[in-house]
Amino acid sequence: MHADPKGVLTGVHFLDGDHACCEGTLAAGARFAAGYPITPSTEVVERFAWRIPTVGGIFIQMEDELAASIAIQGAVWGGAKAFTVTSGPGFSLMMEHIGYAAITETPCVFVNVQRGGPSTGLPTLPAQADMMQAKWGSHGDYSIIALCPNSPQECFDLTVTGFNLAEEFRVPVMMMLDECVGHMTEKVIIPESDQIAITPRRFTHESPEEFRLFKPKEDLVPDMVKAGDGYRFHVTGLTHDERGYPSMNVETQDRLVRRMQDKLKPFSNGRALFEAVDLDDAEVVVVSYGITSRVAQRATQMARAQGVRAGIFRIISAWPFPEQHIRDLAGRVKAFVVPELNLGQMVHEVERHTAGRAKVISVPHAGGSVHKPEVILKAILEAAR
Amino acid sequence: MSEAMLDTPLDPALDPTLDPMNNATNPVEPFLRMDRMPHIWCPGCGIGTTVNCFARALESSKLDLNKVAIVSGIGCTGRVAGYANLDSFHTTHGRAIPFATGLKLSNPELQVVVYSGDGDLFAIGGNHFIHAARRNMDIKVICVNNLTYAMTGGQTGPATPTEVISATSPYGVFEPSFNLVQLAEAAGASYVARWTTYHVKQLARSMEEVLHKKGFCFIEVLSPCPTLYQRRNKMGDGLDAMKFYKEVSKVRNGASTGECALTKSGEIVVGKFVDRDRPDYMELLNRQMTATLGERYATPEVTCSEG
Ligand SMILES: Cc1ncc(C[n+]2csc(CCOP(=O)(O)OP(=O)(O)O)c2C)c(N)n1
Ligand code: SF4
Ligand SMILES: [Mg+2]
Repeated sequence: MHADPKGVLTGVHFLDGDHACCEGTLAAGARFAAGYPITPSTEVVERFAWRIPTVGGIFIQMEDELAASIAIQGAVWGGAKAFTVTSGPGFSLMMEHIGYAAITETPCVFVNVQRGGPSTGLPTLPAQADMMQAKWGSHGDYSIIALCPNSPQECFDLTVTGFNLAEEFRVPVMMMLDECVGHMTEKVIIPESDQIAITPRRFTHESPEEFRLFKPKEDLVPDMVKAGDGYRFHVTGLTHDERGYPSMNVETQDRLVRRMQDKLKPFSNGRALFEAVDLDDAEVVVVSYGITSRVAQRATQMARAQGVRAGIFRIISAWPFPEQHIRDLAGRVKAFVVPELNLGQMVHEVERHTAGRAKVISVPHAGGSVHKPEVILKAILEAAR
Repeated sequence: MSEAMLDTPLDPALDPTLDPMNNATNPVEPFLRMDRMPHIWCPGCGIGTTVNCFARALESSKLDLNKVAIVSGIGCTGRVAGYANLDSFHTTHGRAIPFATGLKLSNPELQVVVYSGDGDLFAIGGNHFIHAARRNMDIKVICVNNLTYAMTGGQTGPATPTEVISATSPYGVFEPSFNLVQLAEAAGASYVARWTTYHVKQLARSMEEVLHKKGFCFIEVLSPCPTLYQRRNKMGDGLDAMKFYKEVSKVRNGASTGECALTKSGEIVVGKFVDRDRPDYMELLNRQMTATLGERYATPEVTCSEG
């Protein structure tokens, strides 16, 4: 299926990451957004509020982020593709509903333009310190997908991808921008609508009599319905059986929670999204994502100029973590260098999957600006020693 | 249903057909998920009585039930969604209204009913309630007010009257409580009524009325929780609650909501207090966009198509 041309602003544009992300939602077919203003993310919904009345859809500014993050799920069960947008404090408020989307397998997108924290922190300045929160922030065991664009172009492209993955796996997808990527302005090319692949909702073809709301298909993902079509279905945040009925049964819990985790397995391996730069001969690999990957690029060029064979593994799908790729690299490189705009989050995943087979060097930063390339360079040179 | 009938309420304790658990001949069965019975509610609980009224309202409304959705929050009342044979959503604590908002806006041909408890709708969800009323969102909110947080063991909530003993107010409640009908009116609701589980016919009729009314509608139903509230306050069982409601209720349609505050054992003013026409959210949206964008405005088509 291709994008509905109504939402696609085909052409060459000069956009910041937030605006490009908004165009991505429209191209992906999102026709419902609910939000609550918060810097540095608001531009995404401001643009949506401006664009959507001529495309045909709804933007509603809700009373808080709890409301926004559940309104989108109401919209999804009504049949919409929907998303919300926020940053740090708002992302914290949305956690309960990320869990609700996970257990009810509601496909939806949460855009988080990360700023410095904790709490109100640095409202206008960048960080990448919500990476663990994106994965673990809601209570209980569950799985999500998180994507990290590093340019306005990718804000567009990956937002479309994010919506598609949400539909395919029926999970909440986090778009983990950072303030720099959200606010940097670059060329963004939006293709013709027939060049944009769209994953349709997995609407069931079964009759109401045969259909079971949470009966998994071969890929462990159940098909979906929308309200008003005569299925008389029940959705609950309680542990539920295949009919969607609450169950306090230990086996039901086990089956449900494991399936929600297992359905994303293909994504941690073969289907992980990443970019490999100069890895063929690399002895030191900089693992980075988002804005930091662009600083890392400069640092690896400087390292190469000094004779150190440095490369970049850029994480694009941060969750599920691309563990297979790190495992493979760990067997053939000397060291990983992991710069992040936090005091060390994804580095733990790198360490875990390296399992001692290569050095892992964290290059932390508390946020508020990006790393200086020299700081990353220094870590690369040390690692190569 | 005639007005005269409204003045002679039926007592569910005396009329077995009003008990949703009665038997296979029960006329409300088609409106319930019988494969989920027995329900979790205690004997003498008023929630089942309200569900019975709701089933009767659905029946007499003649609405296409495939186009009616029910949304609940969390609590004993929150379980209603799971028993209704409709598209039903058991959401998170306090958030039924914003969920319903998204559902309604994405699929406007649905009639969306929010069915939840006093704690859910007015403590944790209180902010959503006033904003949905302000927007005149086209949803129907039914609040089963048992004056307590029942599901968690009978703690004090925002509707618990002063002097009541609760699990978290062992020496008596001293905080003032909300007057829910006044709050609803002040926030902008198009329709506001209050009944008790003694007033089953009036309640069913109010429910039917809101199913045909545009805009944000609110019905408060006082409902006994014998297990926690009644027992702790030495107010007897479910039947005693009916006697109490019968004794202290005054039907005063059109009463000023400011004069309808509840106390522990004083008068309960019941009736329809507000029934007014205000443009609802969608109407206002369409108006504004048409006025400013003219031909360029594309009427919202929010649902996505199949592959
Ligand atoms: C976020 C959150 N906080 C607390 C709870 C625990 N909790 C469940 S039901 C409930 C109160 C319900 O009271 P009410 O809405 O009046 O419903 P009732 O049980 O009285 O029908 C609470 C506090 C919860 N489920 N979620
Ligand atoms: S605890 Fe109270 S409100 Fe809950 S089911 Fe029992 S009687 Fe009803
Ligand atoms: Mg209650």
